[in-house]
Amino acid sequence: MKDIIEELERRRAEARLGGGIKRIEAQHKRGKLTARERIELLLDDDSFEEFDMYVEHRCVEFGMQDKKIPGDGVVTGWGTINGRVTYVIAKDFTVFGGSLSQAHAAKMTKIQDMALKNRAPVIGIFDAGGARIQEGVDALGGYGEVFTRNVMASGVIPQISVIMGPCAGGDVYSPAMTDFIFMVRDTSYMFVTGPDVVKTVTNETVTAEELGGAIVHTSKSSIADNSYENDVEALLQMRRLMDFLPSSNLSGVPELPTLDSADRVEKSLDTIIPDNPNKPYDIKELITKVADEGDFFEIQEAFAKNIVIGFARMEGRTIGIVANQPMVLAGVLDSDASRKAARFVRYCDCFDIPIVTFVDVPGFLPGTKQEYGGLIKHGAKLLFAFTEATVPKITVITRKAYGGAYDVMSSKHIRGDVNYAWPTAEIAVMGAKGAAEILYRSELDDQEKLDARIKDYESRFANPFVAAERGYIDEVILPRNTRVRICRALNMLRNKTLENPWKKHDNIPL
Amino acid sequence: MFKKILIANRGEIACRVIKTARKMGIKTVAVYSDVDRDALHVEMADEAVHIGPAPASESYLVEEKIIDACKKTGADAVHPGYGFLSERESFPTLLEKAGITFIGPTPRAIAAMGDKIESKKAAAQAKVTTVPGFLGEIGSPKEAVKIAGKVGYPVMIKASAGGGGKGMRIAWNDAECEEGFALAKSEAKSSFGDDRVFIEKFIENPRHIEIQVLGDKHGNVIHLCERECSIQRRNQKVIEEAPSPLLDEKTRQAMGQQAIALSKAVGYDTAGTVEFVVSQDKTFYFLEMNTRLQVEHPVTELITGIDLVEHMIRSAAGEKLSIKQEDVKINGWSVESRIYAEDPYRSFLPSIGRLVRYRPPQEGTTDGLTVRNDTGVYEGGEISMFYDPMIAKLVTHAPTRQKAIELQADALDAFYIDGIGHNIPFLSAIMQHPRWQSGAISTGFIKEEYPDGFVSIPPQGEALKVIVAVAALIDHTNNARRREISHQMDGQPVTFAETRIVCIDDIQQRVVVEGALGSPVTISFSDKDGSVTESFELKSKWWPGDFVWNGTVGGKSVNVQVRPILNGFNLSYRGVSVDTRVFTQREAELAALMPVKVAADMSKFLLCPMPGLVKSIHVEVGDKVQAGDTLAIVEAMKMENLLRAERDGIVKEIPAKAGDSLAVDEVIIAFE
Repeated sequence: MKDIIEELERRRAEARLGGGIKRIEAQHKRGKLTARERIELLLDDDSFEEFDMYVEHRCVEFGMQDKKIPGDGVVTGWGTINGRVTYVIAKDFTVFGGSLSQAHAAKMTKIQDMALKNRAPVIGIFDAGGARIQEGVDALGGYGEVFTRNVMASGVIPQISVIMGPCAGGDVYSPAMTDFIFMVRDTSYMFVTGPDVVKTVTNETVTAEELGGAIVHTSKSSIADNSYENDVEALLQMRRLMDFLPSSNLSGVPELPTLDSADRVEKSLDTIIPDNPNKPYDIKELITKVADEGDFFEIQEAFAKNIVIGFARMEGRTIGIVANQPMVLAGVLDSDASRKAARFVRYCDCFDIPIVTFVDVPGFLPGTKQEYGGLIKHGAKLLFAFTEATVPKITVITRKAYGGAYDVMSSKHIRGDVNYAWPTAEIAVMGAKGAAEILYRSELDDQEKLDARIKDYESRFANPFVAAERGYIDEVILPRNTRVRICRALNMLRNKTLENPWKKHDNIPL
Repeated sequence: MFKKILIANRGEIACRVIKTARKMGIKTVAVYSDVDRDALHVEMADEAVHIGPAPASESYLVEEKIIDACKKTGADAVHPGYGFLSERESFPTLLEKAGITFIGPTPRAIAAMGDKIESKKAAAQAKVTTVPGFLGEIGSPKEAVKIAGKVGYPVMIKASAGGGGKGMRIAWNDAECEEGFALAKSEAKSSFGDDRVFIEKFIENPRHIEIQVLGDKHGNVIHLCERECSIQRRNQKVIEEAPSPLLDEKTRQAMGQQAIALSKAVGYDTAGTVEFVVSQDKTFYFLEMNTRLQVEHPVTELITGIDLVEHMIRSAAGEKLSIKQEDVKINGWSVESRIYAEDPYRSFLPSIGRLVRYRPPQEGTTDGLTVRNDTGVYEGGEISMFYDPMIAKLVTHAPTRQKAIELQADALDAFYIDGIGHNIPFLSAIMQHPRWQSGAISTGFIKEEYPDGFVSIPPQGEALKVIVAVAALIDHTNNARRREISHQMDGQPVTFAETRIVCIDDIQQRVVVEGALGSPVTISFSDKDGSVTESFELKSKWWPGDFVWNGTVGGKSVNVQVRPILNGFNLSYRGVSVDTRVFTQREAELAALMPVKVAADMSKFLLCPMPGLVKSIHVEVGDKVQAGDTLAIVEAMKMENLLRAERDGIVKEIPAKAGDSLAVDEVIIAFE
């Protein structure tokens, strides 16, 4: 028996060394951790159970039969994050550059299948060179198997991707179909075709960083949801994120004990809206003052900053927050903001996370750039997402709610459950100036008369009461009581039951 | 007694006066400008009257508007506070005509003390020690040298109409005297439109000590001992205390008697302050008299137990002083810090904006220790550019100077402000300064001790230990709570390693954390081999989201400010502010493998110093610029700020353009 145990230990030790000391050192030199080190940071101490560590590829082409390393470029298994089950797939760059073989793909799909069957999240850590070219079509097949499982699991269990090195070609599509993508600055990049191919095809000269670095994907393409300074920072933030996410679409949101009282009154919110209607204020101040302990996990912080999305907790239970940001472009809705928020709303709806919406929106952004870019359909995505969502939806209008954007931002008419307005709210078709100029076109030359008309329109609509009189607003609340009201409303909505008509799936304007 | 008092002021002093009036059962009227509509003094007063636009010259300084407000509300007296109309001779006269009482000195007293030369003459007549010098007008440089020779070098040449250091020159010899005379004269001319200058002896390492006087309309004047205000930055008082660590009883009484003599000479009948410059050998010379309630009056109130505002009101109403000189006793020690909305890390640039968080320390008296915070702001309020940047006066009182300083340091640690820059780190650093603690101070203290401005120092000694221990306990609290999250897998309780590594910049301290939440937790510092070097017991009710970690570390009560950062906390304590991260042993090992990313060298960039609008850019790509050249103008809150080149260079790139709205530290111009 002793021999057998020794043999086991020997094989384990061999497998854990991956591509060997030299490659591990090279990995460290690049500022990156190894797959197993990353898993150590991600999961609770000693909770990781590795599967398939002895798996080797079966390729016999191009001399591959002589090159076998246990694990075959990917480390898989499961463990816990603060005691909650989590499945992990981590590409091992030290073994064949993390390239995907058929055996490698089989390891991945085994974990994906288990995660789906057992209703627990999967976190993928990417740092790999793409398909193993020696395996040819087998690798492609492997990718397809992985993709299929990504799609099947979508909306059932959270799937998170963390890009911590190269991620190119076929490797990019699995992350692209997961719920969130996070990147590490300076050491990770993602693209379908790399700089060399770009040069050949389009004659563009571009570096990997410029083509698909973390900055590009978080601020320009919106492929990535956030980026971090290094591996350690990223993985510790993943632990923080997972504390917000449900295990599956049926599990309900996690609950974190808190002493932050639901009755906390924030008097300073009474003065957050500036006297001057054109002066901005930071909606994140409202978010952090309302949320439990001021804790807000923002998603896509660097992209379409005119809308803010992310996770927070109320009385310990996760909520999703969508909020117009008056600090950026006056909080206007444009194509990017609409897409960003729409996807987030759908995520929350998938996973039974109540949505709290803070509205201060002057409307949709006008202009050819927006219209040519498909603003109508992008805006419709957000409208569609809010409308179809059956989770509890609470809306607070803080200031402007103008025009179609009012309807879009989780209004009563698209099944908002509890719709509050602050006394500073202005719910109208448009701003008073614009409205007066259209209504009294003949008086355009007479500024004095027009000013009187504007004032008139303002006094009629620059308040929440016209909407409240019609029941479009359930109650006008004091800003200081926003947290108290939201907490109560969320508790009241705890047993909300609403089902959309049966359909195979909807046809959201993609 | 008055029925209703109007306070012709704003901010903390208006609130301060309202408090006393309310205590005396007198109704109060506040006045406010456009930007002060929601100010604290407006909320506190029984009534409020709007008096115009934000600039003081169109509101708080307009005498007619104040008088109209009195008439409108039926106020029968006006308290002017300090600043604004408090020392304007015409104001009491106008009020008198309207049948309203001015709670302050007579126009005669204001006039007599308002002019520097006139006041010195009055002082000399009252046999008050003045700085040796020549008070007459000086005609020529030759005459100046002659006078200087008589007075004895070093001498100071000063503008008669001056203030704020303008038109002021120090000369150590005849040549400097001649040159300084000409310069002071021309500066005085351009700054005040009055080129009269005078010469007096220059006191080396002087201290600023002032005597509080209190008089009534029946000819009685008493003094309430001294305040020392030597801690000044550019002639602006920063920290004051009472009594002075320098004075002995004999000097105190001598100064007090002179202050009374001067007050009586000008018929002074209310609260006022006689300022002296005092040399380190306790020789004192009259400087000037401030005919108003001083900003720093609370330190006197705390050591004497006398409410100065109440006595001002009573005197104005014609009551006799109820206190006799022999009743005035010094009880304990009091220290005041002025909390300014200015950023000490950016050469004390005024900082304006919304007070996102404003949590002053708890006020009150426990075990003979008093914390008082005179303020005119509140959380959610706005600091505007139109007025004085002082947002609060934090005053502590204790039996001894050392205890009052310790209490002040503790209170500053608990004073939590977010949204604007403020000088609390600087004040805290001074409280820790051995020279300040020893009392060996002079008006040059800040310039001498912080010659290059204020920079955050890395934590060391006891402060470092406290920060490390608190960081470890915060992490422990977080972990203990995360262990309780729902939806956990059965059969495997979550455990956390007791050994943690607290990382602060390059410092890594290994600690072992033992104890359940809610009970005292022991934090043991250990070295590399794991042997314990020191151990602290910590107690606190801190919970994530609380702004201040309040508790005890090794039995000592501490307040540490907590601001969450990514994977850690920024902790502020004793003027030190550091990012702390608490790792497991393994996390620390792996974190050590992470590349150190060198922050970009920003000396090659012109960065926007404040959020603002680029008005204009004065250079083009390829231009050679010299240090001091104007590069751009940034408008922030209607103020145009000239940005100048700090060194010679060539413009490489101009990412910003006129009309851009920039955040702090955004690049305006890049140099080669």
